[in-house]
Amino acid sequence: MLKNAEDLEKLRNELLKDKKKEQTQIAVCSGTGCRANASEKVVAAFRQGLQDLGMEDEVELKNTGCHGFCEQGPIAVILPQDICYLRVKEENVEEILEKTVRDGEVIEELLFEDEGTKEKIIEESKIPFYKNQERILLAENRKLDPKNIDDYIAHGGYRALSKVLQEMTPEEVMDQVDKANLRGRGGGGFPAGKKFRTTAQAPGEPKYVIVNADEGDPGAYMDRSILEGNPHRVLEGLIIGAYAIGSSQGFVYVRQEYPLALENLTIALEQAREKGFLGGNILDSGFNFDVAIHRGAGAFVSGESSALMTAIEGWVGEPRPKYIRTAVSGIHGKPSNLNNVETWANIPLIMDKGVDWFLNIGTENNPGTKILSLVGNVRNTGLVEIAMGTSLRQLIYDIGGGIPGDKKFKAVQTGGPSGGCIPTQYLDEPIDFDNLSRIGSMMGSGGMIVMDEETCMVDVARYFLNFLKEESCGKCTPCREGIKQMLDILDKISQGKGEEGHVELLQELGDFVEEASLCALGTTAPYPVLSTIKYFQDEYEAHIKEKECPAGVCKELIAYVIDEKLCTGCALCRKNCPSDAIAGEPKETHTVIQGKCIKCGICLEVCPPRFAAVKKEKAGKKVLVEEGGN
Amino acid sequence: MSVEFTIDGKKVTGEEGNTVIDVAFANGLDIPHLCYHKDLEPFGGCRICVVEVEKGNRRRLVVSCVYPVEEDIKVETNNERIRNVRKTLIELMLARAPSSPKLLELANEYGAERNRFPVEPNNCILCGLCVRYCDEIKGKNAVGYVGRGTSRRIIFFPENAGEEAQECMKCQECFNLCPTGVMPSNFGIYTLAHFRLK
Repeated sequence: MLKNAEDLEKLRNELLKDKKKEQTQIAVCSGTGCRANASEKVVAAFRQGLQDLGMEDEVELKNTGCHGFCEQGPIAVILPQDICYLRVKEENVEEILEKTVRDGEVIEELLFEDEGTKEKIIEESKIPFYKNQERILLAENRKLDPKNIDDYIAHGGYRALSKVLQEMTPEEVMDQVDKANLRGRGGGGFPAGKKFRTTAQAPGEPKYVIVNADEGDPGAYMDRSILEGNPHRVLEGLIIGAYAIGSSQGFVYVRQEYPLALENLTIALEQAREKGFLGGNILDSGFNFDVAIHRGAGAFVSGESSALMTAIEGWVGEPRPKYIRTAVSGIHGKPSNLNNVETWANIPLIMDKGVDWFLNIGTENNPGTKILSLVGNVRNTGLVEIAMGTSLRQLIYDIGGGIPGDKKFKAVQTGGPSGGCIPTQYLDEPIDFDNLSRIGSMMGSGGMIVMDEETCMVDVARYFLNFLKEESCGKCTPCREGIKQMLDILDKISQGKGEEGHVELLQELGDFVEEASLCALGTTAPYPVLSTIKYFQDEYEAHIKEKECPAGVCKELIAYVIDEKLCTGCALCRKNCPSDAIAGEPKETHTVIQGKCIKCGICLEVCPPRFAAVKKEKAGKKVLVEEGGN
Repeated sequence: MSVEFTIDGKKVTGEEGNTVIDVAFANGLDIPHLCYHKDLEPFGGCRICVVEVEKGNRRRLVVSCVYPVEEDIKVETNNERIRNVRKTLIELMLARAPSSPKLLELANEYGAERNRFPVEPNNCILCGLCVRYCDEIKGKNAVGYVGRGTSRRIIFFPENAGEEAQECMKCQECFNLCPTGVMPSNFGIYTLAHFRLK
């Protein structure tokens, strides 16, 4: 138990003294992404290997949180040399220990290879994916063992809290957050300092502070990775916020679907209590505060502030129709300050390094960094942290390495399921809260789904709207019934049953759902449809008028056909077809029986390139009509 | 504390904490409503009581059954923007409850088309009056929701409805609250399925 600020500094100094300066360290990513690729086996192999070689004392093995380059996992970084090995398997471990750790040799096969220049890159910091980022939060993940509070303390952890409690008044803390112009990372970009003040000044006791970790956007996992890899950073931010606002009770609302985040957070809370960062009279300041974890029960809508608070009270997570903000009247009608994981994690950094440091990163109205999850049709997928104002092109091409397979970029979908699709002409636009809204999308929590030319925008709109239909709570009519009607129309369009006027009806219903819905899930739900209509109306028209899917995605509008001049009757397609939809004797020309075809595309995949006889016909409806197969 | 503002140009006075719809009714003004009930907590689900509020230089649509009165706001209850939203709401609800007399009456007033959207009837518009009345007034919680989104529906809970649904048989007060009139038949089907057929 640390009684005061001096105790903390004493502990930090002892911890640092224990660390041998030039000690070799192996940091193995144990985030959820790498775990899925058996990183735990890699860690176990390292542990065993170090023991076998008698190197346990010389080498520190660290089980860390997510490094970000998830596609290339499991990742192991050897420090201080900064050698980054990718796609490490159990069987590589012995070689790494003997060659690299013991003899200082680099193993070429495990290095990153630039797809263009074929150059091998040794150091993590020189890999383009990392080099072009501005990693202030994510970089900490690689340095820390999230299950060990001492590690966090040795790296300067809880120094900001100690400073705040010793030297600053709550007012001064809010003033710093104001000056740093920290904007809510959960999506809205609302100034965090202003929200702090609203809760601090609202009448009613007790006041609550809450971490929103109900991250549920498809393909997005920035909050998960911070909670898993650096839970104390979030906790420290929350304690500082509680002090500023005057709250003695905090909550972390975490999805039940994040087991590792829950595990690491639970450990972090216990350790913080043991050390005296939570509980009564924290660091002898007279400030009392504790935190409880609330596990989400699997509803996307619970990420909305009033629904989240309803859930914390023990009810079904449904939004409340209040025109009074939750910052004033939240949990049990008391002032409740809710911020996203990333927002809280930024607070200690601002307190520790100062407002000017923070303002120097990013742009004037959007200072700091933003963590994005870069996924989809892009070479380097993973978690990325950029300075605000970085352009979409830098993100997708410099960090992401461009579109694989030499295909053309078509759009990037930003902001989660209710975000919009941004087309090529805006690639040079800077990424920040205001700008993404201006071009018809939003920052949201930071999902970035890159799409190539083989993506059908009607299908994309349908996918996201379907997600939102499933997640609508059903309380208000516009969201429940309006989204359903919009989805039914999109289904018709993608099945070739679209009619003249459908696009206009979608626009009308979209405006209506946006205008009339109860909570933000509903009011933003039409964006994927409205933004794809805005930028890709010709694709909608092609589906409706020509009954054609230009990207060749919508199953009802495509057909697989075999070119009789090219087919040699090798029978590969016939053998692999799961629905017996290919006819023809061996050595004779094969044909697709359209009525039986389920459009799985296996025939196209297995047809040897030297024949290339199977083709995907985009105006499939015509083929079907001509052959009478449907 | 009393609060002065205008509804459709008429000066009205309400108490702090009142909702716009309550003050409108107290002043003899009408606003269409489906999920509103004077004795129940505001729900804000059906959205039909939508009105336009001008505050400072900002105009926005709000639902009057939830919106708290504020000094000097200007409330409009029946302009074109509002009528358009109500029309679409009625059309969407008619796809669920095509023969509800209340909805048909509203459709008439707002020029809503009866078959604008494909009809998939279950005769319930999920206004929740039955659920909330049973909870807040009767304290029984014999009616409740299951599912979410379009799969959301209303059921009777056997453990609260009483043995052989005796509690509900005696009460039946939610039957008359139901804007689509489906409650008696819902209950009939339910008791058949859960008690009498056992």
